[in-house]
Amino acid sequence: MSFLEKFTLIFTNAKYLESMLTGLKMTLVISVGAAALGLVLGTIVALVGIAQSKNPLMKLPKLICAVYVTVIRGTPMALQLFIMAFVVFAIRGFPLEVTAIIAFGINSGAYVSENIRGGILSVDIGQTEAGRSLGLTAGATMRYIVIPQAVKNVIPSIGNELIALIKETSIVSMIGMYDLTAASKNLASGQNLANYLAPMTAAALFYLAIVYLLTFAVKKIEGRLRQSDRR
Amino acid sequence: MIDVKHLSKSFGDHLVLDDISEHISPGEKVVVIGPSGSGKSTFLRCLNLLETPTSGSIIFNGQEITDPKIDINAIRRQMGMVFQHFNLFPNMTIRKNITLAPVQTKLMSQEEADDTATALLRRVNLEEKADAYPAQLSGGQKQRIAIVRSLAMKPQLMLFDEPTSALDPEMVGEVLAVMKELAEEGMTMVVVTHEMGFAREVGTRVLFMDGGKILEQNEPHTFFANPKQPRTIDFLSKVL
Repeated sequence: MSFLEKFTLIFTNAKYLESMLTGLKMTLVISVGAAALGLVLGTIVALVGIAQSKNPLMKLPKLICAVYVTVIRGTPMALQLFIMAFVVFAIRGFPLEVTAIIAFGINSGAYVSENIRGGILSVDIGQTEAGRSLGLTAGATMRYIVIPQAVKNVIPSIGNELIALIKETSIVSMIGMYDLTAASKNLASGQNLANYLAPMTAAALFYLAIVYLLTFAVKKIEGRLRQSDRR
Repeated sequence: MIDVKHLSKSFGDHLVLDDISEHISPGEKVVVIGPSGSGKSTFLRCLNLLETPTSGSIIFNGQEITDPKIDINAIRRQMGMVFQHFNLFPNMTIRKNITLAPVQTKLMSQEEADDTATALLRRVNLEEKADAYPAQLSGGQKQRIAIVRSLAMKPQLMLFDEPTSALDPEMVGEVLAVMKELAEEGMTMVVVTHEMGFAREVGTRVLFMDGGKILEQNEPHTFFANPKQPRTIDFLSKVL
């Protein structure tokens, strides 16, 4: 059988196709879950890090956030995944999907928080001063003036982070999960296609399609948010 | 209206304001001039606490605003400020720029604020720009909008921080005209500027600052005709 025949077989043979789609579904579940968790976590961490409160009670959360970002960005994702799966959530019957979502969400949150922090700091200090000089509170100034401008600045880098996240989920087979990458490896085995190139190419196309759709969506959102910049 | 007592401000080891005491009465148009780095902008920014004084006190209408327990937002609502770089909010239409603060601080309902915005825009002849975004305006237009944005809060005092320094020369006039009109209506104003013509024509008092101190002050006519301090004479000889 030629490459083309084997490649076609992946999409025509019901068993093979279902195998791929099961993997694809897992990849999507982990990616979407982790992205949502990461965005929420990243936003909170960024706001805590940027808050200029003189309250000494704020010192501890600030320290925790700083340590979190440093540790997560400074250690390999695979290692973090192992620690979550074999130490933190090493509970019989605990769903692996949830473990993976938490591990990738926590990882993504650290990067997202740095992106958001940078986005907020990139808004001219004069904007804050104008808001405060009009008698708005620090919170209202952040909410109505700074954050909307920061969002526009961070959309591209958040898009990048989501793309990296989706591709990075391919390491979940290391803790025995069946995602898109694991599915392609399964199809490559001797009992199935006995060929690596065809299933790997198919999986690559799936990843590419997801990333392409995401890129497209990010561009759309960016364009809409940039409307006020046009002359 | 404002009493400044022994105000000092340092950034690290650098003393920017050195024990300034000054009084500003209602209706006064105080023009602050001086070389770059003389502390004039810092002085102005201390008046609404955009800079926190290192020592000394500022009393506004009988309230000590340098007291940490005071609600500074409530004080700032009574003082307008106009910046060198306009600082309009680029993500909002002009109307929204003007109505945001009055509505958010519950000074006005959205309708009242919209009406106020329309009236204010008519006053500076920019009515047709209500739905435009700041990026679509010229510098002079932006600064006129920034002035009326402050006025929408119905302030008792207006602070101007070099309002014409970032403008093309041909746009300076339109901004000064709005400020002059405001002065004629009796607004209390503190203006940091390099526009000596404006100081002479509109000011009721001119302060000359250098090295973090107010070196000399007088009524404008006498100030420009008869400066006393050597440093003032030297400065005026370079700018006039």
